[in-house]
Amino acid sequence: METKPVHFKNISREESYGYDRKTLDYIRNAAAHGLYEIRGMGAKRKLPNFDDLVFLGASMSRYPLEGYREKCITKTLLGTRFAKKPIELEIPITIAGMSFGSLSANVKEALGRAATEVGTSTTTGDGGMTPEERQSSKTLIYQCLPSRYGFNPDDVRRADAIEVVIGQGAKPGGGGMLLGQKVSARVAGMRTLPEGIDQRSACRHPDWTGPDDLAIKIQELREITDWEKPIYVKVGATRTFNDVKLAVHSGADVIVVDGMQGGTAATQTCFIEHVGIPTLAAVRQAVNALEDLDMKGKVQLVVSGGVRTGADVAKALAMGADAVAIGQGVLIALGCNGETYFQNGAHHSAEADYNALGCASGYCHHCHTGKCPVGITTQDAILEQRLNPAVAANHLKNYLKTLNMELTTIARACGKQNVHHLEPEDLVALTIEAAAMAGVPLAGTNWIPGKGF
Amino acid sequence: MERLTFDLAAQPLRELNTFLHTGAKEGKVGHVTVLNPDGAHNIAVGLDCPIQVEVVGHAGYYAGGMNKTATVTITGSAGTGVAENMMSGKVHVKGFASNGAGASAHGGLLVIEGDAGLRCGISLKGGNIVVGGSVGSFSAFMAQAGRMVICGNAGDALGDSLYEAVLYVKGSVKSLGADAQYEPMTDEDVAVVASLLDQAGLAHDAKDFKRIASKRSLYHWNADANQEY
Ligand code: SF4
Repeated sequence: METKPVHFKNISREESYGYDRKTLDYIRNAAAHGLYEIRGMGAKRKLPNFDDLVFLGASMSRYPLEGYREKCITKTLLGTRFAKKPIELEIPITIAGMSFGSLSANVKEALGRAATEVGTSTTTGDGGMTPEERQSSKTLIYQCLPSRYGFNPDDVRRADAIEVVIGQGAKPGGGGMLLGQKVSARVAGMRTLPEGIDQRSACRHPDWTGPDDLAIKIQELREITDWEKPIYVKVGATRTFNDVKLAVHSGADVIVVDGMQGGTAATQTCFIEHVGIPTLAAVRQAVNALEDLDMKGKVQLVVSGGVRTGADVAKALAMGADAVAIGQGVLIALGCNGETYFQNGAHHSAEADYNALGCASGYCHHCHTGKCPVGITTQDAILEQRLNPAVAANHLKNYLKTLNMELTTIARACGKQNVHHLEPEDLVALTIEAAAMAGVPLAGTNWIPGKGF
Repeated sequence: MERLTFDLAAQPLRELNTFLHTGAKEGKVGHVTVLNPDGAHNIAVGLDCPIQVEVVGHAGYYAGGMNKTATVTITGSAGTGVAENMMSGKVHVKGFASNGAGASAHGGLLVIEGDAGLRCGISLKGGNIVVGGSVGSFSAFMAQAGRMVICGNAGDALGDSLYEAVLYVKGSVKSLGADAQYEPMTDEDVAVVASLLDQAGLAHDAKDFKRIASKRSLYHWNADANQEY
């Protein structure tokens, strides 16, 4: 029998770098909808980050502390510049501002419980303070945002500190967003908005423009609270060196710098990925600004945006931060992006619900939809039951404790009795980019790019 | 009820505000006169009791800010953000007011007998504002609830991105902002304007005012609408 030669057709799979599948997808989506994509979480692209730094543990030239015997202090004081009652924390790891509205009331309660147990603070968000979070959180920072939703003098007096929010890392220069699915009757009531509308909030404060005005605004908040409460100023990381200096001039007690990895519940993707600078670069600029003004240690620095691990915390502190704030890591500890949720004593698969949103566990950034499969970023009466505040609080407590143990382990290895004694000299960088941004030498060299040899 | 006088030429502002937050709450003092304000910022902020405060002269930024239940009268003019975020009570400016007057006020009544600057009533959340004169551009920007009565004229982009607040203007409006529209005055509107004018002590005929409210076309993201903001 005659055999025919078999011909294999060569299917070309040469992907374009500029027009890769992600870009094709983006263009198709834009063409189909005529609207930019809005999503949750933070920047997903690869950025220089704390992983690009390593510690130089003690050996011959320095003396380490015994990991399990010798004390390593983590106490943290914030707001010592002008406030009569500074914030005292047991650990330098705080919970970042996230609104009731973006999060369910159950989650707000869980955050407060866990933070109170480990001795740290939580922060309100764009949408006011709920009684649940004031009750559950011993130390509560009250945000004053451009929208002023639900902002009122009673809560100012009830708060332990006030944070004037100029911007956030996910969208420096942008205002808040909350899509209609999440503007429930309660959320709408707190924000004085019609129920179910797609809320767009202001990006500028209504009653001040510029740093000279801000100085007067801060003084107003001090007068209202009889100079008791620390005033924080939060900026999204962009021109951080100048912004931090201006915030100091405006009279801030504490400056919060949120890098571009910082999360959001709903923001345009183009904003999340393309506006702002990485946290690593922002910390260096912020610390330089404080040192330039001789304000290091007098005005405290809180760093946020992609702080995930105890090592990240240690590196932020070594670079000069006084504390960190965590948002996304906290949500993940509560079950965000998990395959299952825990309800009525059993685990249930959430996969079908992720699929219904057009994603899968591990890839979810759909906080803006209000249909969080694990009951975190939702106002839906059924979905929110998927998060039990007590169970969630326990997970978060474990997470915070783990970070703190890792932090002290590293500090001891570097010979520090106090985590706040970690210093830039304890760090080197693994990449030239990180060395340049963080201002520490490339490992094995004395070279800090931009500083000569 | 006792009357007290604070002279800001001799006493620090902090003393005045601390008294207004603590001593005033005991209810023995019903009236406080503030002399020589000289444009000081943050006079009588954060009040939380039904006391009467009279500022004799000009106030700086945020006079009467975050007021609750108190009545603050300024005989001169007021700086930026007068009565900002007021919850209740009344702030009365006999002269002019600068930018952002009554910004994000949740309640209470702000009366400005003269003109108000830019962004009067911005982010209004339920308070009422009566302006005897004219208001500058971008007034009532993103105003969510409450009412503004403007006896004079309004500048550009009045009521831009309005939510549920309602504006009444007697004079001319240079331009309306995105999503704001004129609507017919109902009897109820006339009654509301008449009552607010009465509370403000200003003599105008309520029937001469035009009503401006939201078209509500920006309430939901709409891909087919061109972004004409
Ligand atoms: S699991 Fe919930 S909280 Fe996490 S990204 Fe998805 S929607 Fe947001």
